[in-house]
Amino acid sequence: MIEIKGLTKRFGNKPVVEDVSIKIQPGAITSFIGPNGAGKSTLLSMVSRLLDADTGEVLLDKNDVKKWKSDEFAKRVSILKQANFLNVRLTIRELVSFGRYPYSKGRLTTEDEQFVDQAIAYMNLTDMQDKFLDELSGGQKQRAFIAMVIAQDTEYILLDEPLNNLDMKHSVQIMKILRKLVDDLGKTVVIVLHDINFASVYSDNIVALKNGRVVKDGPTNEIINSEALREIYDMNIPVQEQNGCRICVYFNSHS
Amino acid sequence: MRNSTKLIILTVIALICILLYGFYDIKGGFDYAFPRRMMRVGAMVITGFAIAYSTVVFQTITHNRILTPSVMGIDSMFEVVQTLIFFFAGSVSIWVVNQYLNFAVSIVAMILFALILYRFLFRADKHPIYLLLLIGMILGTFLGSLVSFLQVLIDPVEYLSLQSRLFASFTNIKVELLYISIGILLLAFAYGYRIMGQLDVMSLGRENAINLGINYDRLVLNVLILSSVLIATSTALVGPITFFGLIVANLSYQFLVTYKHSILILGAGLISVIALVGGQFIVEHIFEMNTTLSVIINFVGGIYFIYLLLKESRAAG
Repeated sequence: MIEIKGLTKRFGNKPVVEDVSIKIQPGAITSFIGPNGAGKSTLLSMVSRLLDADTGEVLLDKNDVKKWKSDEFAKRVSILKQANFLNVRLTIRELVSFGRYPYSKGRLTTEDEQFVDQAIAYMNLTDMQDKFLDELSGGQKQRAFIAMVIAQDTEYILLDEPLNNLDMKHSVQIMKILRKLVDDLGKTVVIVLHDINFASVYSDNIVALKNGRVVKDGPTNEIINSEALREIYDMNIPVQEQNGCRICVYFNSHS
Repeated sequence: MRNSTKLIILTVIALICILLYGFYDIKGGFDYAFPRRMMRVGAMVITGFAIAYSTVVFQTITHNRILTPSVMGIDSMFEVVQTLIFFFAGSVSIWVVNQYLNFAVSIVAMILFALILYRFLFRADKHPIYLLLLIGMILGTFLGSLVSFLQVLIDPVEYLSLQSRLFASFTNIKVELLYISIGILLLAFAYGYRIMGQLDVMSLGRENAINLGINYDRLVLNVLILSSVLIATSTALVGPITFFGLIVANLSYQFLVTYKHSILILGAGLISVIALVGGQFIVEHIFEMNTTLSVIINFVGGIYFIYLLLKESRAAG
């Protein structure tokens, strides 16, 4: 279980994340939402030990993330950030194989190969697995990186805006895959999302941030309503129900 | 062509160069000339691999393919030490005449310089690599200017013998120093071999490397220290070869399209051996010692460097 206690991060004098305390529910999808600059990505980076917090702590199974051995932590928690520029030339399969590094240290066993095959198949990349990443479209590349994280086979999967660069079809595909990872394999997914409708339709819990602080934290149906959304986004957002999904119609709203 | 085939071809060419250099035009005493030639070959092989290794790993941790570890100012430190010795003690002093002493002083000064730089900067900042590079460059330039200043003041005759030291040369190498260097380098390579896999992961960038369980900051520090030791040892043994690492590393990337450091480094090392031994052969038998190897290397390296810059800027633009 991941627990965040009193986490604060400043860049210079500006607090980016301030006194955030939340618990991540295991076996569920938790979305971080909020306006630009709310501190969502910074928070995710601290949870995944890419960034050190100024004060406060992140606990994985009651132990501080900083005290975990780096390779043991990598078998429990994986993180994928937004910008993934590589200056080496890799094929999709080579990239996904890196996901097995925490287990095999570069020497893949047959079991590792199976995980790699599965992850590639999961992301519908089997046909193009030997293509080089620089020959792919933005969306295909993004799916290749997600496949790497799936091959890493961690209990916790943290994703920073994974739907960037993706068209509607692939966005839906990826959210469905994440849902499947949670429902079928019992994984815990934490995801930074910009589109609140994806958060509404696919997540179990939502943490809403604004100016570095948590303004709402709870099950999705408690947060996706006009009242709560006004508090988060300073916008009047009507919510409509469609086939049992709550859809926020914010496109022509006035503040 | 597969990479293993390419590596075999490189090995064969390297062996041909070595045999050619060892046996070509041996006049008079074979027993005298051959061991001396083989010693030079030994020096060229180990410095070749040291420079290849340090450049490739340095480029991996800086994510930049037109940098060499010499931007950290380690070679400049060698020039400073030599110039100071010639300036204050003179070319006939024990500091110059006793080659062990000279070797020891140079290597210690270079490694100390690097360690102090890293120690200081790794405390000051969490992710210091670019700051480190900038400060290294500034210090390197500063030391370079200091050296030229002293060289202007120095006695012209002394300056000539100083200058011959500041060009890399494989012609007068002490056997014992060669053995010491081989010892240091083997230790460094033993560690270097263990981290090959981690370096492969490093090429995915900081965030992906940490995600996959690499202790990023510590590995960066270790790699910096390792490449400083390699550069310091090879520089103290044969003198500075500035552009050399850049050429061989990039030729290796172009020739062997892979992310695997074991293959890239082996390739770069073999290309170094070919260039050094082949180049030395040309210097000795075609130019008849009228020039030094490092002049040729810097000339060819400079042209290749300009080519790389043009290519990179075209790719970026």
